[in-house]
Amino acid sequence: MPHLHEEKIKFLEEKANQIRQSIIEMLVEAGSGHTAGPLGMADVFTAFYFHILNHDPKNPFWEERDRLILSNGHICPVRYAAMAHAGYFPLEELKTLRKFGTRLQGHPERERLPGVETTSGPLGSGLGQAAGYAYAARMDKKSFRVYCFMSDGEQDAGNTWEAAMFAGKYKLNNLIALIDRNNIQIDGMTEDIMPLEPLRDKYESFGWHVLEINGHDFEEIVNAVEEAKAIYEKPTVIISHNIPGKGIKEIEFDYKWHGIAPNKEQAAKFLAELRTLGGKIKSEHQ
Amino acid sequence: MPINSKVKLVENVLEKAKLEQAPTRKGYGEGLLAAGEANEKVVALCADLTESTQMHLFAKKFPGRFIEMGVAEQNMATVAAGLANYGKIPFISSYAMFSPGRNWEQIRTTICYNEVPVKIAGSHAGVSVGPDGATHQAVEDIALMRPIPNMAVINPCDANEAKKATIAAVGINGPVYLRFAREKTPVFTTPETNFEIGKAEIFFDSGGSPSQGSGRLSLDVAIIACGPLVHNAILAAADLEKEGLKIRVVNNHTIKPMDEKTIIEAAKDAGAVVTVEEHQVHGGMGSAVAEVLAKNFPVPMEFVGVQNRFGESGTPEELIERFGMGVSHIKDAVKRVLTRK
Repeated sequence: MPHLHEEKIKFLEEKANQIRQSIIEMLVEAGSGHTAGPLGMADVFTAFYFHILNHDPKNPFWEERDRLILSNGHICPVRYAAMAHAGYFPLEELKTLRKFGTRLQGHPERERLPGVETTSGPLGSGLGQAAGYAYAARMDKKSFRVYCFMSDGEQDAGNTWEAAMFAGKYKLNNLIALIDRNNIQIDGMTEDIMPLEPLRDKYESFGWHVLEINGHDFEEIVNAVEEAKAIYEKPTVIISHNIPGKGIKEIEFDYKWHGIAPNKEQAAKFLAELRTLGGKIKSEHQ
Repeated sequence: MPINSKVKLVENVLEKAKLEQAPTRKGYGEGLLAAGEANEKVVALCADLTESTQMHLFAKKFPGRFIEMGVAEQNMATVAAGLANYGKIPFISSYAMFSPGRNWEQIRTTICYNEVPVKIAGSHAGVSVGPDGATHQAVEDIALMRPIPNMAVINPCDANEAKKATIAAVGINGPVYLRFAREKTPVFTTPETNFEIGKAEIFFDSGGSPSQGSGRLSLDVAIIACGPLVHNAILAAADLEKEGLKIRVVNNHTIKPMDEKTIIEAAKDAGAVVTVEEHQVHGGMGSAVAEVLAKNFPVPMEFVGVQNRFGESGTPEELIERFGMGVSHIKDAVKRVLTRK
């Protein structure tokens, strides 16, 4: 199995921490938006933008780039933050999130911001788009990969399963999906709202290769993608077990933080928590 | 002869029984094949209705560019969005009731808002679907597609025009909704008849030029129609001409972007307008004409179409009569609007 050097892991951990800080700063400035999902997916996005993706932030339309389709557009703060840290646009622009005239719309808009790949927000329609993209790429014998990040809540949607059936039928091995399995959605816990389990069995029966990982372990994230790339006869879905709100104790596991932003006092507290790694170190900002 | 000779309709356009009959969906199938031959980026997706949407011609010629989606119209829209995002030009086909009937939000967000050039072909639109009944008779689809930004909406009047519209849709760098019918209807345009997206054509005009300064209008009523009912409108106009009325019939195939100039001119020349469409009168082509005229040149209007009801089973002829879209109904509407001038 490929192995990440300790130094690389440390680098990714620091990046993920910076991205979480950016998420809090963006959301408090915007005054609205989603908090738990972006924090929970910060490690996955960091692993992709700083290790996995074959991309060029200075050339977002590069034809051979890997495509990352974000289906659950509402967690876009983490994508915007990861993109800014990766060099797609200046960090200062993150403060424009959700404001009039911004390229950082409340839900991502393809035509405004190069690199977001597709407009998204309404749930359940990302996997079909990613599958269509992957199908087209295969027609033209392209070697890039199409990644699709989904929420677990949008596994409720019929369109998701239509797309899963389609990708299974056509054995789209250039498509790798990843589900943010954080067990929360707006109205409560996923298994109370509309039970998804056994999720692994569902995807397997639809013709997918299924992997499960701890979405906060960089080695597991990277190894899963490497394994998925080696699967040639079917698409792969990585069920990424994530902690909603990861990195900030008060938010972790609390579904009430799905769709709200922190106020100024909360943000100051959360940023201090991130900067001191939960009190383990002293922050220069203190 | 008040038939506009410039548009080169068939010679015996008024002799309905003698005209060749073909469904507009057939023109779509031929147009898609031609579009596929001309442009290798064209791909076709179908939701388990390949032959009845006439996609089989394309599928047979280009099996590697045809994608069977199964009964999954929402996914068909999203997969097409992905294909188009990559750089393909996808046509998606089903009955209009299911696409765009069932997959509206996917069309709005992943195709129109995403600004990708997917062409949505809805066949079996209108009550003339016939025996299948109301569940399969889409009479709300124009209203669904018309308000979405970036979307063009076209309802061809016969199989020849359907073929031209399909080929022309490839040249539009954006989403297009093409509306087709199941049933055979008169083929009264020719391959030479001009067709341009966004350009309405005057097919019939019995008005002379009014004498300068007389203050008189050159026409009594303008009939603005789309789809196969354009032929009924011409028949109605020919009858009314015999009764001494001066009528213009406009083939308003492109509902969006509408040819406002031609519509406003017709209203100015006639002072009264009747719209004719096989669609609910709420939100359809007639409503779009009313929007243009209310803003630019308000005149009395009558709306021939389905009046806030669901369809039912029957033969296409029976249903066109039952829902008030026959030649006699168009003539009645002309006479009604005349009383309001």
